[in-house]
Amino acid sequence: MRHSRRSHFSTRAGFLLEIQGMKRPYGLAQVYGWLLLAPAAVLLIAFTHYPAVATVIHSFFSTGTATRPSVFVGLDNYRSMLEDEVFRKVVWNNLWFALGTIPASIAIAILMAVWVNGRLPARGLVRMAYFVPTILPMIAAANIWLFFYTPDIGLIDQVAALFGLPGHNWLGDPDTVLGCLIVMTIWKEAGFFMIFYLAALQTLPPELDEAARVEGASRWYFFRRVTLPLLMPTTLFVLINAIINSFKLVDHLFILTKGGPDNASSLLLYYIYEVAFSFFDDSYAATLTVALLVALAVVAVGQFVFLDKRIHYR
Amino acid sequence: MNGARGATFGHALEVGAAWLLAGLWLMPLLYAFWSAFHPAQFATKFALLSPLTLDNFREVWEQAPFARYYLNTFMLVSSILAAQFVLCTLAAYAFACFRFRGRDVAFALVLVQLMVMPEVLIVENYRTMSQLGLVDTISGIGLPYMASAFGIFLLRQTFKTVPKELEDAAMVEGCSRLQILLKVYVPLAKPTYLAYGLVSVSYHWNNFLWPLVITNSVATRPLTVGLAIFGAPESGVDWSVISAATLLSIAPLLIAFLLFQRQFVQSFMHAGIK
Repeated sequence: MRHSRRSHFSTRAGFLLEIQGMKRPYGLAQVYGWLLLAPAAVLLIAFTHYPAVATVIHSFFSTGTATRPSVFVGLDNYRSMLEDEVFRKVVWNNLWFALGTIPASIAIAILMAVWVNGRLPARGLVRMAYFVPTILPMIAAANIWLFFYTPDIGLIDQVAALFGLPGHNWLGDPDTVLGCLIVMTIWKEAGFFMIFYLAALQTLPPELDEAARVEGASRWYFFRRVTLPLLMPTTLFVLINAIINSFKLVDHLFILTKGGPDNASSLLLYYIYEVAFSFFDDSYAATLTVALLVALAVVAVGQFVFLDKRIHYR
Repeated sequence: MNGARGATFGHALEVGAAWLLAGLWLMPLLYAFWSAFHPAQFATKFALLSPLTLDNFREVWEQAPFARYYLNTFMLVSSILAAQFVLCTLAAYAFACFRFRGRDVAFALVLVQLMVMPEVLIVENYRTMSQLGLVDTISGIGLPYMASAFGIFLLRQTFKTVPKELEDAAMVEGCSRLQILLKVYVPLAKPTYLAYGLVSVSYHWNNFLWPLVITNSVATRPLTVGLAIFGAPESGVDWSVISAATLLSIAPLLIAFLLFQRQFVQSFMHAGIK
């Protein structure tokens, strides 16, 4: 009885929905769907899709000046990009920057998450310490780190002096400058990635740990053979985020090095900024942006191929 | 017995390492506090009994329009958040509850923004803004971020978990679609709004590159850009004052974080696993 009333109710509701077009694929739902979407769609098209397409188009034109209007130049901009030594330099820098920051910050993030998830005195304080760099602006962080790297009076050189080591111009030396940026970026990102691992660790069944303890497995063995494989989906997810970030993070360059010395620390997005807003060469900046978009597209395809969507997105 | 002692020793070692790392991670911030609250000559000398002072903060406040920067950042962050809540809610509702032609393609196009963030398109977006006459305005800084793919995605996932029966019941009660959204979906998605709100506020409080490009006056510059200009080596300001300025610009977020630490961490987690 109860069951039949319920089903009657649901068909009645279903019927109402039917008339109002909610369940019919091509009824009023069409109008409502698009109307609801419209405001966001307009902004997304105006500031994401249109500029992406316009970037590609502008990369085929020369930069117009007051006396010479912009003309179609075909692949000329791309040709000069491939011959541009600074471009090659920043692409290499970007690769080294990614290679230096990503594995290290992921490894530290896993370590942090395992520690903060386990038995640990003053756990809240430790977690706070790990996470705090995440909420600081990159600009503020760079201001502070600038002091660490300052020759002679900076903290690193002061510590080095205690051991009788000479001072060093960390940010002024092309051999050390990128390393300095990498260290700072690891500091900034590890705590952020820790959060994802912490979330993943908390979903692991505690029985696994108990079973391993009964079996007498060592902590390291358990971590290597059980925890780490189970964290694999998280690692892939974090990896994608980290790769995107490595193309996007340039704020600290404005404070620490301005890309120098001699472009030794410049990254692709920073170079785009310089070309567009210091050298005012819009077409070449567009060409460089296309290179960046291609890199991001490769990441997107990689994500599509490697990341098992069912694990993260229901 | 020996094994147990080995395990405790190992554990103690791990605790030590965890604390050491925590200390290292806090050091930059602790240093900023040290130099901001001490006179300039102690900025690089760590004598325990150095005199404390607030002069550095006074100097920052007098030398640069930080009050204005605060106001700008506050207006920027709140207008972006308000617009994001409205736009993302509507779009997420459309994606979660309506079947319309082209929905899946539209959703895929929305997700493009997760990869191609506005930071990447600074050149073209600057061109657009100057055509719209929005260069050097707060709305010019905010507009590219207001329709956020991340927000739409997050809310859509949440809306999809709302039981269909609730919606059917509300419909039988005679609620309109907008009422259903406001009375059924939005209240049930409160934790998601909180999580997304915290992530969005901290992102835009800290955002730098696009605001730098699009602003060129004190009247619009947010804190990050103001801080970068103030702290530029060319300006010749000393460490202590720069540290004080840095602390000033991060203070509200830092205090909020210390007060609501658990909430922050959980929000970032919530936003991350969706």
